[in-house]
Amino acid sequence: MTTASVQRDFAQPTPLGTKVLRWVLGETGIGIALLVLIAIFWISAPSFATPQNIANIQTQITLNTILAAGMTFVILVAGIDLSVGSVLALSAMVAGLVITSGLPDPIAITAAIATAVLVGLGCGFVNGFVSVRWMVPSFIVTLGMLNIARGAALQTTNAAAVFGFPASFNAFGTATFLGVPAVFLVALAVIVVGHLVLTRTVFGRMLFAIGNNEESVRLAGHRTSYYKVAAFCISGALAGLAAIIYMTRLHTSSPIIGQGFELNAIAAVIIGGTSLFGGKGSLIGTFLGACLLGVLTNGLLLLGVGDFARQMVTGAVIVFAVIIDYYRDKASTRLAMGLVK
Amino acid sequence: MNDQIRLRARGVTKRYPGVVALDGVDLDVRSGEVHALVGENGAGKSTLVRILGGVHPPDRGQLTLDGADYTPATPQDALRAGIRVVHQELSALPNLTVAENLFLDGLPNRAGVVSYRELNRAAREMLDLVGLDVLPTTKMERLSLAQTQLVEIARALSSEAKVVVFDEPTATLTVPEKRRLLQLIADLRARGVAVIYISHHLEEIFEICDRATVLRNGETIGTRGIADLTTADLVRMMVGQALVDDHPFPDDVDPGAVVLEVDQLEVADTGSAVSFVVREGEVVGMAGLVGAGRTETVRAIFGADQSRGGTVSVRGRRVHLRSPKDAVRGGISLATEDRKQQGLVLQMGCDVNISLANIDAVSRRGFLRRRAERQRTADVAKQMRVKVGSIGTPVGTLSGGNQQKVVLGRWLFRDSDVLIVDEPTRGIDVGARHEIYGLLANLARRKKAIVMVSSDLGELIGMCHRILVFSRGQIVADIPREQFDQELILTHAYSGYLGTEGGEAALVAAGSSETSNRKRNRQSS
Repeated sequence: MTTASVQRDFAQPTPLGTKVLRWVLGETGIGIALLVLIAIFWISAPSFATPQNIANIQTQITLNTILAAGMTFVILVAGIDLSVGSVLALSAMVAGLVITSGLPDPIAITAAIATAVLVGLGCGFVNGFVSVRWMVPSFIVTLGMLNIARGAALQTTNAAAVFGFPASFNAFGTATFLGVPAVFLVALAVIVVGHLVLTRTVFGRMLFAIGNNEESVRLAGHRTSYYKVAAFCISGALAGLAAIIYMTRLHTSSPIIGQGFELNAIAAVIIGGTSLFGGKGSLIGTFLGACLLGVLTNGLLLLGVGDFARQMVTGAVIVFAVIIDYYRDKASTRLAMGLVK
Repeated sequence: MNDQIRLRARGVTKRYPGVVALDGVDLDVRSGEVHALVGENGAGKSTLVRILGGVHPPDRGQLTLDGADYTPATPQDALRAGIRVVHQELSALPNLTVAENLFLDGLPNRAGVVSYRELNRAAREMLDLVGLDVLPTTKMERLSLAQTQLVEIARALSSEAKVVVFDEPTATLTVPEKRRLLQLIADLRARGVAVIYISHHLEEIFEICDRATVLRNGETIGTRGIADLTTADLVRMMVGQALVDDHPFPDDVDPGAVVLEVDQLEVADTGSAVSFVVREGEVVGMAGLVGAGRTETVRAIFGADQSRGGTVSVRGRRVHLRSPKDAVRGGISLATEDRKQQGLVLQMGCDVNISLANIDAVSRRGFLRRRAERQRTADVAKQMRVKVGSIGTPVGTLSGGNQQKVVLGRWLFRDSDVLIVDEPTRGIDVGARHEIYGLLANLARRKKAIVMVSSDLGELIGMCHRILVFSRGQIVADIPREQFDQELILTHAYSGYLGTEGGEAALVAAGSSETSNRKRNRQSS
């Protein structure tokens, strides 16, 4: 394959063989792990492969998939967003107040969705702006936002929950389309659109380039701060969208929801092969990472593994994924070197 | 003075990918002598120092210290063997105290608990030795660059050193501090230490050195007693007879209308204002010593670093200098000196790197046109003769020469009126070097205005219509092609550093250390 590649015309896209190899080393590495896991549970847990359980898993991973998608954008530019769980809670509270404000149902629902997304976007903008403008590491800015948004969420109703949402709104949480939970379809749509943005647009290209070498991009004549702030805005806005999904599932908004969600999202991103140092990764990987975490939790539960042991296994999987990533990196470097010769 | 050889190097060779940094270098340094190591930028001095200091092993050749084999694998080995290097780049830890920095290799302690009383007392003695009047408990970051340099020097003197290497030690020092340092070096010599002294300041070399070894292009040109040399001899040895005619000078091009006009641009990093113009089809060189302000000036023109005043215009239109984005829009390109850190996105493909500065040409309404991108960047790569299997190959896997062609390809694809290239052939083998010369000449034929910063005088002389010589941040000479002469250029390059006695010079030195300090702070943030 390598000798053939030298003869190839310059502009030709990567040959299929190389693509397949990259695919196996890349996203599908995690895909194979996911399949193995599914096979194990299928055999050992009789209730695992039932349509009802599959729909359960899809519903369970919806929130994490949406949050992890946003997190992927931020991590691609070598940032981190620790605030998504709290921002979700704040968005849910504000949207909850809007939706119960007595407006006619369709207007109230539309306004609630818009507010949730805008509140999230605003928090994301603050995260991005502060971190770029004053060169504060995003770890610190978003840690601050984690507390600020949580406090603000509690402040809105003095810690009381909000409920009494329109029935049509609540129904969306349990609705299915061709047997697939509607909320999961929303998450899928986020992944598909996000994947197109990352792979097909100038914006996505810039995020990857900035994650790899921001100074080069700046010296090529681009305002890198704009792209970095935008990545945080996307993460925040998706946390707002996740808040709406959460509300349709629980039929209530509570200021204490979403605690620890940021860590699950980061775990999915990392398992999906996105580098914490930025510049490398994909939303497909993130989606598979979220699936793997969801399947693992669900399967272990069906097998009767206790809560505590389950947590330990999940932790081990995260570390293991990073170790695999180390070898995957080395292998693909060798692959690239081979192509030059 | 005794004549015993303390440090001997025979046939030391060091290759980096694509370049031979040292090619069979010989050096003998006696104990009790101050031995100057001189040569142009890139002659191999720093590489030799790194090998002596155990930072890199040589590929070939032998080192002996007091007659025994000396093969340091790490800087610690070098320290243990008694070789101390005062580096050009400072290696102090900013958040520790002066005293802690001085004794980093072995803090005085009792059962692992540091004895601060003992530490600070010993540090006081060492600071007195170099005449530095700061408290040992001062945090390192509060010191000026010159003071930091003195701490570094004190650290080198702290233990029983056999060989002390000074790499440009006076660059940041004021006149009294420099006097003090030269006195310390004389003391070291009296104690029988072998001192290797590297400096651009030739008058210092004539003042304190006993012998000088000249390096050129990684080879030893010769070792002479200082008493047998004049400044002119030394410069001639450094420059050699360069081959001028193997550069494809675009002589068929007559410079036309003014394209780039820089007027009283005050470069923040050097504190000097510069003015010059570059015409259509003209290649203008920038010569000068390392640190003379060439890179700082072109970065300011490009908006990559701050400027405090003055204007830059392209074809009569003023270019704002808030960011490189403004410069690129205004028609200026800069191929930076440091390809890997500031030029390329190493992990990404040649196509991505080439289209990076002109992404609008391969996208529509924010969506990439991948096929068009691949096709058009492949055309550029072909034109640049980039040797690569597939246009999508990550540039990090290419050789230095091919990487540089990708950088130039990016700006070729952008098609700006002004192209500034900073050290375009550094670290590149001869073949690729000539391809790059040919490319620059072709760009001149296509009416581009080209600015070429280079430390390779032969290359500037071969390629340029005019050469601007920088010294201490200022343009001290604007030499037309008819008057090109290596010695003339070098004399101008050194002019800002000569005759540094007196108050005015001290002021300049203080000013430059202040700006360097600022620069350091920025880099650390």
